[in-house]
Amino acid sequence: MDTVWLFVKAFVVGGLICDIGQLLIMNTKLTNARILVLFVTGGVLLTALGLYKPLVDFAGAGATVPLTGFGYSLAMGAIEAVNRYGFWGAFVGGISRTAAGITAAIVFGLLNALIFKPHAKP
Amino acid sequence: MSRMGSQTFVYDRPPAIAAHRSIAGPKEGKGPLAAWFDTVLEDDILGQKSWELAEMEMVRRCVQAALNEAHVTDEQAQAMLGGDLNNQIIASSFAARALGVPFIGLYGACSTFVQALVIGSALICGGFLDNAVCVASSHYCTAERQFRFPLELGSQRPPQASWTATACGCALLSNEDRGGLRVTSGTVGRIIDLNISDANHMGAAMAPAVFDCIAAHMADTGRTADDYDLIATGDLGWIGRDLLLELASAADMPLPPDRLIDCGASLFYQEQDAHAGGSGCGCVASVACGWLMKRLEAGDIRRLLLVGSGAMFSPTSSQQAQSVPGIAYAACIERRD
Amino acid sequence: MSRQPFTPDQYKELVHKLTPPSRMLRGYWRAFWVGGLICCVGQALTLWAEQLNLGEITAPMFTTSVLVFVGTTLTGLGVYDVIGKYAGAGSAIPVTGFANSVAAPAIEFQREGAIMGVGARLFTLAGPVLAYGIASSVAVGIVYWLLRGWVL
Repeated sequence: MDTVWLFVKAFVVGGLICDIGQLLIMNTKLTNARILVLFVTGGVLLTALGLYKPLVDFAGAGATVPLTGFGYSLAMGAIEAVNRYGFWGAFVGGISRTAAGITAAIVFGLLNALIFKPHAKP
Repeated sequence: MSRMGSQTFVYDRPPAIAAHRSIAGPKEGKGPLAAWFDTVLEDDILGQKSWELAEMEMVRRCVQAALNEAHVTDEQAQAMLGGDLNNQIIASSFAARALGVPFIGLYGACSTFVQALVIGSALICGGFLDNAVCVASSHYCTAERQFRFPLELGSQRPPQASWTATACGCALLSNEDRGGLRVTSGTVGRIIDLNISDANHMGAAMAPAVFDCIAAHMADTGRTADDYDLIATGDLGWIGRDLLLELASAADMPLPPDRLIDCGASLFYQEQDAHAGGSGCGCVASVACGWLMKRLEAGDIRRLLLVGSGAMFSPTSSQQAQSVPGIAYAACIERRD
Repeated sequence: MSRQPFTPDQYKELVHKLTPPSRMLRGYWRAFWVGGLICCVGQALTLWAEQLNLGEITAPMFTTSVLVFVGTTLTGLGVYDVIGKYAGAGSAIPVTGFANSVAAPAIEFQREGAIMGVGARLFTLAGPVLAYGIASSVAVGIVYWLLRGWVL
């Protein structure tokens, strides 16, 4: 039962975060790139203000999988690294905590370019 | 050859359309006009290494087919006037390289085909050329990656966005004295900008320019919409056509809705998910060469005003938040017996 | 000489009136369920990571990497753009959408070569996200460092 509840929370919170993005797509002239930037920096800011961590604790992947969760990891990484290394931690923490995701995107992106060919849309 | 009014050429020795050919892509070949196109492609790549080369090959095949139809060899062809949407119009110039025909590269965005008809007719009427190939093309895949996003990116289009047609149309003009179709006058439009900055909404950006060009044509020639069996605009789309009708009635020179069609709005079925309709240089070129000229030849219409419309923006001007200026060219095509 | 019957402002109003709006409810519903579903896949991966006894640090790495792999592969297979057309933000906002934004230009621009094609274009969309995301995390770290020194 607890597992089902975990998934319900992830589904609803994740879906609602995506709907905020959908609202921006349908009602503003913001381009995709701008919306993605807005979500990541928004996640960083909310985390810094201490507002995003409770959402992650509540919804799990529902809060970490959307790009705001990427911002959460960046900000949490920076804060934890400052605790550990002092000032220079600010320059290390963000990237090191998100390194796996960024590296995976670059490596798999490159592999894709090797394997697949561009295709036309129907 | 003479000039009428402020913007119109009247060709007193009107050039004949000796041959016309159209090629449409697979998606366009599933639309309402499928049966009219001379060739419908099976795929978008035409056995080439890139989309750009595929578009070039499409232009080459189209021009070659028109020359063959009129029994004109590559050496006898005196000029090829044309353009496309690629940066530095590479599809047309590379096709001209393959054909070896003297080349005049044009850019009028999606209005390029009609621009070529207007200029080509003037050069023939003025005695500078005996024949001229007018051609324009567009390819969904080359336009999309240049103007918007990579094809593989998962993004949504707003309802006002249009679908760049994969298509090419080519008309061979000639000074031969013969029956059939003739280009009798042409109007060069002004660039009109009513400050539409949504680069997705090209119909809205171009409708005022199309209206201005039609109004200039009527004022210069002393004609009204009633003198034409059909007025065909290039790629305003469903919404742009409605805007044009509104502009015309507000200016007190209403256009007859039953005799005003838009090539872009005619190219796809609504279910084909092309949103506002087809667009691109190849849209008006293929619909005019494939459908409208055949209707003129069949005698179902006798006098056509073909109005090409173009949105003169680039990714750079868009990123610099500039508005989208519109242009239009009009050519009067008549059937002479 | 202007033949235009409308001023730019009047015309803008007319354009607005004649342009059909996006279908809002449908858009929200599609974004909601697709986005929610992708998050559930993430949740399943997290539970799986727990079973594999991956630690607190490595478990999110596992989840993210698998989601990124799925996103790039579906991009290469030509499936992700179809999903994106249907779901909009529902597939663009999850980390799979970030993967899509990296893989899409990499595939599309391979004909422009390995360096200025694939290598440079890889970051056309992801570049701004990384640049501003990382810069803002540094800003947060510095502010946190200042406040910590100040308060303690």
